Amino acid sequence: MNIAFYLAAAIAIVATLQVIVQTNAVHALLYMILSLLSVAVIFYTLGAPFVAALEVIIYAGAIMVLFIFVVMMLNLGPQSSEQERSWMNLSTWIVPSIMALILIAELVFVLTQGASGTTGAKVIEPQQISLALFGPYLLGVELASILLLAGLVGAYHLGRGRDQRIERNV
Amino acid sequence: MNVATVPMNVGLILAGVLFLFGVIGIIVRRNIFFILLSIEIMLNAAGLAFVVAGSHWGQPDGQVMFIFILSMAAAEVSVGLALVLQLYNHYKSLDVDEISKMSG
Repeated sequence: MNIAFYLAAAIAIVATLQVIVQTNAVHALLYMILSLLSVAVIFYTLGAPFVAALEVIIYAGAIMVLFIFVVMMLNLGPQSSEQERSWMNLSTWIVPSIMALILIAELVFVLTQGASGTTGAKVIEPQQISLALFGPYLLGVELASILLLAGLVGAYHLGRGRDQRIERNV
Repeated sequence: MNVATVPMNVGLILAGVLFLFGVIGIIVRRNIFFILLSIEIMLNAAGLAFVVAGSHWGQPDGQVMFIFILSMAAAEVSVGLALVLQLYNHYKSLDVDEISKMSG
């Protein structure tokens, strides 16, 4: 299981790096799906099979499909990939990358100070998660439902066609 | 089912590295579509940190937080992508610098 964790971690890092350097939106999305699937494997090895399934079903399944739908609706041609490539010169990359490298170095330094525990205390069954979710976290569930309703209404309002709005104004 | 017993540092550093990739993506990219994708990377990395910590303590709370992050990401991305479609209809471009002219 440890080997599976480290392999999935390496794949997650490489795939996520590919997401932010790709010029083609569809290629970036496919790398993003690979990254999410490897994070799902990490969740499974850490003894969290329920959220591993949720990661595959909701993140890689639903949210990424939404992104792919939008890419298809935008119908970006090869010239958008060319434009992305022209925006991606070294001078835009160098400063953020150096700052991020410094932050990663600091993070590694801080996290390697002192003793650290290990993961994998035990496998957490879906039953325990449900009992926590609908027990002490019930208020959070209600707030999440309100948030999802707001997202639904907002997406419907923004996604309406332009013709309907003109009719309304007239 | 046996469980990976890696040091918790490794999992948290992995979450931090993925989060910083998202930060670099937001700073560097000018395409609003890739900026939304970078936000997804950052939310996913935050959820990974919660699950790693929950795995250390053997408690379900970390996974409960991950479920909340997941629902928030779903709501955010639906509104964000609807905005992307609207902006593309108005400006015929996904460049965020074009959109900054909106203030005038």
